[in-house]
Amino acid sequence: MKTICFYFQIHQPFRLKRYRFFNIGRDHYYFDDYANEDILQQIAARSYIPANRMLLDLVNQNKGKFKVAFSISGVALEQLEIYAPEVIDGFRELAKSGNVEFLTETYAHSLASLYDPEEFRNQVKHHAERIEVLFGQKPTVLRNTELIYSDDIAEMAYDMGYTKMITEGAKHVLGWKSPNYVYHAATQPKMKLLLKNSRYSNDINFRFSNYSWNEYPLTAEKFTSWIAATPPEEKVFNLFMNYETLGNLQPSHTGIFEFMKALPRFAFERGIGFTTPGEALDSHEAVGPINVPNTISWADEERDVSAWLGNKLQQSALKSLYEMGERVRLCTDRRLNHDWIYLQSSDHFYYMSTKHLGGGESQFSPYLSPYDAFNNYMNVLSDFLGRVKAQYPDTVDNEELNALLTTIHNQEMEIKRLQLELKTIIGSNEELLVEKTKK
Amino acid sequence: MFGWEFPPHILGGLGTASYGLTKGMAQQEDMEILFVIPKPWGDEEQSFMKIIGSSNTPIVWRDVPWEMAQARLVKYMDPQEYYWMRDNIYADFSYMNTNDLGCIEFSGRYPNNILEETNNYSIVAGVIARTYQFDVIHSHDWLTYPAGLHAKSVSGKPMVIHVHATEFDRSGGKPNPIVYGIEKDGMDHCDHIICVSNLTRRTVIDNYHQPEWKVTTVHNAVDPLRPEIEAIERISGVSEKVVTFLGRITMQKGPEFFVDAATQVIRKTDHIRFVMAGSGDMMDQMIRLVAERGIADKFHFTGFLRGKQVYEMLKSSDVYVMPSVSEPFGISPLEAMQCNVPSIISYQSGCSEILHNVIKTDYWDVDAMADAIYSICTYPAMAEHLKVEGKIEVDNILWEDAGKKVRNIYNNLL
Repeated sequence: MKTICFYFQIHQPFRLKRYRFFNIGRDHYYFDDYANEDILQQIAARSYIPANRMLLDLVNQNKGKFKVAFSISGVALEQLEIYAPEVIDGFRELAKSGNVEFLTETYAHSLASLYDPEEFRNQVKHHAERIEVLFGQKPTVLRNTELIYSDDIAEMAYDMGYTKMITEGAKHVLGWKSPNYVYHAATQPKMKLLLKNSRYSNDINFRFSNYSWNEYPLTAEKFTSWIAATPPEEKVFNLFMNYETLGNLQPSHTGIFEFMKALPRFAFERGIGFTTPGEALDSHEAVGPINVPNTISWADEERDVSAWLGNKLQQSALKSLYEMGERVRLCTDRRLNHDWIYLQSSDHFYYMSTKHLGGGESQFSPYLSPYDAFNNYMNVLSDFLGRVKAQYPDTVDNEELNALLTTIHNQEMEIKRLQLELKTIIGSNEELLVEKTKK
Repeated sequence: MFGWEFPPHILGGLGTASYGLTKGMAQQEDMEILFVIPKPWGDEEQSFMKIIGSSNTPIVWRDVPWEMAQARLVKYMDPQEYYWMRDNIYADFSYMNTNDLGCIEFSGRYPNNILEETNNYSIVAGVIARTYQFDVIHSHDWLTYPAGLHAKSVSGKPMVIHVHATEFDRSGGKPNPIVYGIEKDGMDHCDHIICVSNLTRRTVIDNYHQPEWKVTTVHNAVDPLRPEIEAIERISGVSEKVVTFLGRITMQKGPEFFVDAATQVIRKTDHIRFVMAGSGDMMDQMIRLVAERGIADKFHFTGFLRGKQVYEMLKSSDVYVMPSVSEPFGISPLEAMQCNVPSIISYQSGCSEILHNVIKTDYWDVDAMADAIYSICTYPAMAEHLKVEGKIEVDNILWEDAGKKVRNIYNNLL
């Protein structure tokens, strides 16, 4: 049976406020609460809440036959908890139905996989734990930020205990191959991969309301007929997209919700089922290896990482950020660790992109220009760097510091142990004393 | 006087210099000044002189009732003057684009159609020159030369040109021929030329072929700080020393040399931060350069600063650097010194002719600049000396004296 595999991405960064040079060293709060709340609540009202309701209806109506998957970044979860907790409740209900899978990703929606393997490991672990606490299921499928993937990342993920990943079905990687099969990583045969079907995914999230598209209007009937007409050996159709597609990128007046509601009925008529990434990867054997020596992602026509590290500004900012990773991980200050996570969101670097300068690339950017974004980010980062340095003296290098911290920690344990011992000795002495006086 | 900018709505140093000079000259008892600008905003200080806005000067006769003139113009001038000027319209300009008062709209900035705006300005000057009585015409920079020449031909009064900058400074030696033409025409037909530095005087003599006797240097000065500015405290929160570049980020100001020097210093030490304040056509390029050098966590951009922000920046600085490639005068180091900030300036700046308690280097000598930055930030004695002596020195550079020199030139012409 052919199956459709839906996965929706939810992510919102903690946008930075206007942070001037004069703020450095005096103001340690970096985020634009007003904008973050405003944007999140708007999107929740337009997209997340109605889409959750619709999906829950579909899941309930189709009794276990309609399935979807979500990946919600940790920073988005935090914002939802603060500004729109009803969305989290919606996800919880979906989770309870048993037909919804949650994937794991980097907590900060960060680019750590490209710069800082240890940070990558920590964030994935942190995120998986968070998902388990919130939704009661342990994620088994890894979705890296923006579907960024390469052979190296596959090995890294495998070493972390993951055997299932999803990524982009990039044309230059696939060549003549079809994305509608399960593959495995070239360097690690046990790492199974699900690839996004770009054409069908983009039909929904980009072209759905495009009047000049020759297939407009897209109906559920037409869409399922395309899938049914593919060769019978092609089994999984991976529709990966931003959750905002439902209601925000494609506003409700375009009929996107009606399309989704109609989809299961027409699919079942043609013998097409629904599945989740975890299930699809378990139920199919890999047909062959996928070789990805150069990093890919789901962004732009090039499907590479140039949207985040394409220019000098982005490279320089990322370098300054991850250079201090090791030191930050030695710090125990809670606010510092939070800020460290928030500052890693890939969006901050996306705003600095000059790729489509003048081409309206910055539709999500709160800044006037990429240069503006860079200045603001670097000012924040300078302040953050100062705070990190204030934790431990600069003159001690990381290795030495680590050793010192371990010694301090051990000494603390030792002191505790000795205190305990002392207590028992004193206690027994007292007992002896009491006994003596009794005598 | 014909000027283009006037505080508080200034875009560059021209406005500050025009204001200072006028104020200095107004201290002479028998001096009365009429200052023409393209577009008044109504909040200019008029206590020591009178401002006439070109955008309020009619060039087409319109039947305007008194109430309307009063409502629209009282913010800028006595409405009666509008009617006086209306009686002096000298030709039929009804083909031109004018508003309901018969006036041309001016942007008062440096728009793309700047040549059209300077031409309109000289049309208006004809009306003003016929309306008012005066003894000398004084034109500030090329934008106002055609207006000055027009006024001269109408009134027959002597005309003085004040060169704050030449096209050679602005363009880095590749002048726009039209602008050069306007400048040359003005210089050839005026009666005397005042330059803000010997450097500029040399340019005028060599590149505009003016006779030496016709060109005099009158150095700029600086207005004493107002008490509310004096009271601003240092607000930067960083523990490091702050080295500042403040000005338009453009070729003429040599921003890339500042970045070069900063790179050298940052690689050697840890206790110095750099700030590039201002905006300009090379700003994005400089941000890229800073990112490429990998010093962006110690090198900051503030964007355009206005009014009080400029002084907040200066008061938060430990060193001020002006590596201008070609600066006719450059008032900003004087302002920095007023704020007790040691300054490093290039020999290629006009102000280096009169300043002594500053460090001077060639603009291209990045090593020397880095060296000077390092020593001021590292050796307190050096910084202290420049601070104290610099303040004393700059407090003695007064517009009043500059005004007297200008007066002498006037006297010779009358």
